[in-house]
Amino acid sequence: MKVRRPKLTPLDRLYLPQILAGMWLTLKHIPRKKFTRQYPEEKFKLLGKYRGAPTLVRNQAGQVKCVSCQLCEFVCPPKAIRVIPGRRDDSAPAEAVIEKEPEDFIIDMTRCIYCGQCEEVCPEQAIFLKKDFAVTGYKRSELEFHKQKLLELGGVHDDPICKWKKK
Amino acid sequence: MHLDGVILEWVFVVVKILAIFVITFAIVPYTVMAERWVCAWIQDRIGPNRVGWFGLMQPWADALKLFLKEDIIPHHVRKAYYVLAPTLVFLPALLTMALMPWGSNLGPMSCVLADIGPGMLVVFAVGACSVYGIVLAGWASNSKYPFLGGVRSAAQLISYEVCIGLSLVAIFMQTQTLNLTQTVLYQAANGWLVWQQPLAAFLFLICLFAETNRAPFDFPEAEQELVSGYNIEYSSLKFGLFFLGEYANMMVASMLLVTLFLGGWSLPFAPFNAPAQVWWVGAAHVAIFVAKTACLLFLFIWVRWTVPRFRYDQLMGLGWKVLFPLALLNILITAVVLGLKGGA
Repeated sequence: MKVRRPKLTPLDRLYLPQILAGMWLTLKHIPRKKFTRQYPEEKFKLLGKYRGAPTLVRNQAGQVKCVSCQLCEFVCPPKAIRVIPGRRDDSAPAEAVIEKEPEDFIIDMTRCIYCGQCEEVCPEQAIFLKKDFAVTGYKRSELEFHKQKLLELGGVHDDPICKWKKK
Repeated sequence: MHLDGVILEWVFVVVKILAIFVITFAIVPYTVMAERWVCAWIQDRIGPNRVGWFGLMQPWADALKLFLKEDIIPHHVRKAYYVLAPTLVFLPALLTMALMPWGSNLGPMSCVLADIGPGMLVVFAVGACSVYGIVLAGWASNSKYPFLGGVRSAAQLISYEVCIGLSLVAIFMQTQTLNLTQTVLYQAANGWLVWQQPLAAFLFLICLFAETNRAPFDFPEAEQELVSGYNIEYSSLKFGLFFLGEYANMMVASMLLVTLFLGGWSLPFAPFNAPAQVWWVGAAHVAIFVAKTACLLFLFIWVRWTVPRFRYDQLMGLGWKVLFPLALLNILITAVVLGLKGGA
């Protein structure tokens, strides 16, 4: 390709008008509105499909929805999830018809890749990726989220089906 | 009585020395701060605003960080010169600051530390030493990029040193003095030299950009080409000294331009156009000098974040083929005009 070399006028070759024009441009930018977002105070607006930290949810009755089927554990690509199955407490009220509940549910957040396959695979809709993206801790052990912590993060999820009630 | 006068004189000297040290070590970090702010504003960012009130403690945090870093001396350097180089960059700035008249007088104290006859020559002589610091740093580091930076610096500073000297010859011809205080007094009486010698002022300004290694002439430390040039192998406080020296040089350059072309501490109307008789005029003179210097520092920063770096051959071409003949022409014009005036 032939590069076009425009013929410069003596004024162009002086280079000074260009410098002055450039300086005028940068000067105009000084009082402009700034693009910087001051992060910890101003949070980012996340889109609907954003995948943040995975969490466990309860249903309207306050029951843990997870039945410890371990599908998420098997599907998890980086093997971040570990489910320890347990029995539901027999002394629970009669309307608590869900038979199983995990004894512990561990997600190693240093391994999680936020792929969302656990949410995808869950037959009980018990695990959801929320919008928290700043998962931090001072120790590795702090980044190992257990059942208690995951339920706190997840909160209650309004389940329109409530299939266990119909059993 | 006589002894009192001598003691007072010494007290003044100590006060002025302290003032210069405070300026260098307290104001220069804020020049770096200003650089970061202006840079951010020009790029539509906010700039440092976290440490202290509006981020005003940022330079001290940076200084502390530099201070606490490990001071590495690589095994391949020529050690004595390697250690000497940062000092050689920094000292000339500090020394030339002693010659700057930063005010007329505050009461009985004249506002210049060393008011010597050939002041400007001393500024040149001392200022030219700072190139040795950079060249020495580049050579003593004994590695490629610093060496290239040093070589570039030598070529650039030496060619622009010629230009800077020649552009000022016209000034000396007109003011008939090399003394900086006298130059300011001349301007206070006859108007600023920038109006009478616009070409000299313009040449001097361009040369100052080259002399202080500022963009668009920041070749010795061209980040994209030489990583960071002559100071790559330096760390911790030695690097800090280079950094401080660079900004101190910039400040001295601004002060020099203010003193030589922008009327120093004077303003072109009474009572600011003559040495102070009362203390508040003296204080105002200092404030005027500081304000002018600050404006020039802003100009230096503003230009750095606007103009891209020249190509190396363009730099040399500009220095020798444009600025050098223009400086000679300016001397010629000045000589003719002065000759005609004297003859009339």
